[in-house]
Amino acid sequence: MSTMGKYLALKRRNLETARYKAKQMWVCYLFLLPFAALFITFYILPMFTSIRYSFTYYNILEAPRYIGLANYINLILQDDIFLISVKNTFIIALITGPIGYILSFMFAWFINELPRWLRSLAVVIFYAPSIAGNAYFIFSIIFRGDVYGYLNSFLVRVGIINTPILWLTDPKYMMPVVVLVLLWMSMGTGFLAFVAGLKGVDHAQYEAGYVDGVRNRWQELYYITLPNMRPMLLFGAVMSITAAFSVADQTMALCGIPSTDYAAHTVVTHLFDYGYTRFDMGYASAIATLLFLTMILTNNLIQRLLKRVGT
Amino acid sequence: MKKQKAPKVQHISNRRSPNRSLGGDAIIYLLLALTALLMVYPLVFALAASLKPLDELFRFPPRLLPVNPTFDNFADLVVTMGQSWVPFGRYLSNTVLITVIGTTGHLMIASMAAFVLAKYDFPLSKTFFRLVVVALMFSGYVTGIPNYLVLTRLKLVDTPWAVILPDFAAPIGLFLMKQFMEGIPMALIESAKMDGASEMRIFLQIVMPNVKPAWLTLIIFSVQGLWNARAQTVIYSEAKKTLTYALQQIQLGGIARVGQAAAVTVIMMLVPITIFIFSQTRILETMASSGIKE
Repeated sequence: MSTMGKYLALKRRNLETARYKAKQMWVCYLFLLPFAALFITFYILPMFTSIRYSFTYYNILEAPRYIGLANYINLILQDDIFLISVKNTFIIALITGPIGYILSFMFAWFINELPRWLRSLAVVIFYAPSIAGNAYFIFSIIFRGDVYGYLNSFLVRVGIINTPILWLTDPKYMMPVVVLVLLWMSMGTGFLAFVAGLKGVDHAQYEAGYVDGVRNRWQELYYITLPNMRPMLLFGAVMSITAAFSVADQTMALCGIPSTDYAAHTVVTHLFDYGYTRFDMGYASAIATLLFLTMILTNNLIQRLLKRVGT
Repeated sequence: MKKQKAPKVQHISNRRSPNRSLGGDAIIYLLLALTALLMVYPLVFALAASLKPLDELFRFPPRLLPVNPTFDNFADLVVTMGQSWVPFGRYLSNTVLITVIGTTGHLMIASMAAFVLAKYDFPLSKTFFRLVVVALMFSGYVTGIPNYLVLTRLKLVDTPWAVILPDFAAPIGLFLMKQFMEGIPMALIESAKMDGASEMRIFLQIVMPNVKPAWLTLIIFSVQGLWNARAQTVIYSEAKKTLTYALQQIQLGGIARVGQAAAVTVIMMLVPITIFIFSQTRILETMASSGIKE
């Protein structure tokens, strides 16, 4: 074959590979299309609209009016309550985030080793608090401020206290109660993903590990389980961060809005207050944007940490 | 590091695993039992309250368990619901419709997208996935209004689709499925391709069966979310409203309805928990069956 012929044959093969790759790519886009179309319409578009609103004065009734960075400047320099809410949110996020995440994984891991029937039962019991949309309402009865509240009536009868404690209206007790309830609910999305993920870990790897000198459950966890679980750990981390920073429904249901002295006021409660009580959507959007940036930063940090797990 | 997770392989025997000490097991069992009690305690409160007759609900000192358990609260609930001008069954069928269609569509659409994002590399794939993860973090409270504007423009407001369509593309489902699909060895997909299988067939017959725990988990999340959807902002015709909305209206009825409110909490909990238990046992069943090896 002449050099020219070889050259043409090579070209043709390259062309075929390129065509194959292009076809492959189109199939990919086709698979992605339904999700992408809906996702952009219902998530990305509203998200960017909100970010745009954050630079405007927008009271929902009139058209948004551009006011530059005024919302952000007011938030950081003038709004004392916002600063309280930031402090509360960080306290909640720093306590419930990591503890909830680690507990979720540990319990999922322990449960995974139970015998079958017990395992199902345990998963249901641990996940049950998260499954019922507003089961945390129960805590408003348990922690009720008068003597009919379960906890107060118990403490009075035992003789620890004489007068009922205002668990949900005394700023001294509000945060601990909220943190407790959040921890109770922390076996959520991440926990379930861990349970499902642990089931998928190949048992042959544990056998091989044993042969290679893994001697106890902690070594096994570190060298085999964690590296296998990395995708789920990343998923769980994102869910924990999101949940920990956007706490609001529980504090509003338990302590009311606004809570006494803003002691249980969180960033999202503040946002809710401005967006839905005072109808200042521009300001609310600025709060959301700042919170969003904080979460992205935290997420990047955590992801970097998790990349090093088990390697 | 190379991914090496190959979902379940039939194990040689069920003997006690190595690397476990009896003492350690005992401590873990004890810890689990104690925590389980703490977790379940408040839920028992709710269940007990729903079975208490009126005089026991306001009794001092309050007792955990009802002395004369009764289903009066549930019966009252039916009576209250009967007084509204939309029949109870209507609310129920609305919610069931939204839950079934929403979950089915979400599972299919999110899994298809997750499959190509996890297993193929094509322009913009990484950016798109990052966008999905990031979208999870934006507060739903502020996107509520732009979202409403989008729904109005698409003429979806006051139809069940206002709840269903956005749910089809809920970012959490794609994220979950993608993380699990990453564990499927690429060699498996390539060999199927060599045998002439189309992408759709690979997706349905190889990828999906191997991530069963993942999609059963996704179904739980989706059902839980849709069953609890109030949707009062996007659906305003009474006849199209959801069960949760109707029940919560009763729950807000104040002190006279404390018993009914507890009954509502129990009913709302029951369906997701039942579906959850069902899918849990399904996960365990499929555990031992078909496996793949790298």
